[in-house]
Amino acid sequence: MRLGLTIDLDTCVGCHACAVACKEWNGESLMAGPLPDYKPYGNDPSGAWLNRIRSFEYGAYPESKTVNVPMSCLHCEEAACVTVCPTGASYKRPDGIVLVDPEKCMGCNYCAWACPYGARELDQNAGVMKKCTLCVDRIYDEKLPVLDRQPACVLACPTSARLFGDFDDPASAVAKASAARGMTPMLAELGYKPVNSYLAPRAAPTVALATNPSPKKSLAQLLKSWVSNEKGN
Amino acid sequence: MRPALSVIFFTVSSGVGLGLLVWLVAMPLCGFAGYQNAASVLPMLGLGMALTAAGLLSSTLHLANPKNAWRAFSQVRTSWLSREGVLAVALFPLAILYALLWIFPLLPTLRTVVGVILAALALGVLYCTGMIYACLKTVPRWHTPLVPAGYLLLGLYSGALVGLAFNVERGGAASSQGVIALALLVAALIVKSLYYLKFRAPVTVHSINDALTLGPKSIRLLDVGHTHGTFLTDEFCFKLARGHALALRVIAIVAGFVIPFVAITLGTRSVLPLSVAALVCALGLLAERWLFFAEAEHVVRLYHGSSRV
Repeated sequence: MRLGLTIDLDTCVGCHACAVACKEWNGESLMAGPLPDYKPYGNDPSGAWLNRIRSFEYGAYPESKTVNVPMSCLHCEEAACVTVCPTGASYKRPDGIVLVDPEKCMGCNYCAWACPYGARELDQNAGVMKKCTLCVDRIYDEKLPVLDRQPACVLACPTSARLFGDFDDPASAVAKASAARGMTPMLAELGYKPVNSYLAPRAAPTVALATNPSPKKSLAQLLKSWVSNEKGN
Repeated sequence: MRPALSVIFFTVSSGVGLGLLVWLVAMPLCGFAGYQNAASVLPMLGLGMALTAAGLLSSTLHLANPKNAWRAFSQVRTSWLSREGVLAVALFPLAILYALLWIFPLLPTLRTVVGVILAALALGVLYCTGMIYACLKTVPRWHTPLVPAGYLLLGLYSGALVGLAFNVERGGAASSQGVIALALLVAALIVKSLYYLKFRAPVTVHSINDALTLGPKSIRLLDVGHTHGTFLTDEFCFKLARGHALALRVIAIVAGFVIPFVAITLGTRSVLPLSVAALVCALGLLAERWLFFAEAEHVVRLYHGSSRV
């Protein structure tokens, strides 16, 4: 099993609803929470988030396109964060989810150093590393209606840019979407084999540039070109 | 990378301590006089272990949750940090045994064997410290064998300097030992110079296009998504002023290598220049270690506005 997300960069509007829903659910979750904020009402508010959205410009104006890229743990198959962890707090479950056991973590930050995607953030209050749990405390909860057994970010997305499922099941929505429009994994050369996949944004519309109209010709030139049977204006 | 003072002090202090341990075991094996009785060996052993212990204690200061630090000995199969911890802790009972074998000099062969194991462990700890950084593919400039080689040689060299000062103070004939210390100095300087040379043109470079794989066109960050700093910007987006980097490199080379070089070549007969040189060297290595962290760039910077790492 390889549980993960597919994120459509073509439809993501960068509204941060997934990040807020994540913060809300995991703020009270026993798995990742509470997620602390530092000086939330001060001049320099900060805090631990498990999902962050960054906006990039792809291409040069006017052929450019704004691409919003939500990034959370990609639940790598070759998770370097797990192998470098000295305490055994970081582990990968048989269903593919990478988790941190807060009872074992000593807060050395080494796993965050090993992660190329910035998926791990230290909870400065508890002194332990926090990361996306793929809402492991939702997706298996049989008390919830079947449709609600999905990560909070997926349920919150207003444009349905996020899909959740098992990449090992070729019939799953994530596997199908990924097969159809999946991008090369980010920083694939590092060899960590991220499971989450991103769908490529479609090409930016080609904008016809307004061209300068040809300078007006004088009456004499017009006559001359008419006489010599020149084409064009 | 954010230069954490506790880790900088740890690597320099235990580097000197571990190098000193190797020195005091290796010198009598090489047939040098001045290491024949408990009175000359024990102060060196004590100082070596004290510096190592001070470093290890300092390293726990950067842990956010040190009550779980004992668990760090559990993952030797995969984690260099765990391996370093296990080897470092194994040093202490062995050092006590070694000290006892000097105080009660009944079994000189066993003492030699224990000494060699102690030195091997010390080398192992230095190597593991280097590999903690060198194994990270996410920091391309650290991902080179020059890093563990540097940690090994800098530790051996800085320890040798202290050992040499000790030996001169005890009246040992130190000129040939000075040559060994000089050889270690030159080797460490060569490795560090290669590291700095390679720094400008690292083997692997990751671009923002590798990080986002949108295609070949130009990509630039429009909005990073947070108004103030985050854990990621604090930890990985340390900004080093260009002028500072050059000044610190000069300090690292002059204090770490040039001044000790002069001291060793001039004064293997008096203890003062060598002791001063050992202290100056430690300061130079602190600058070198600070730069080691401050200059290294993590690939997560590609998602925070850098176009190449």
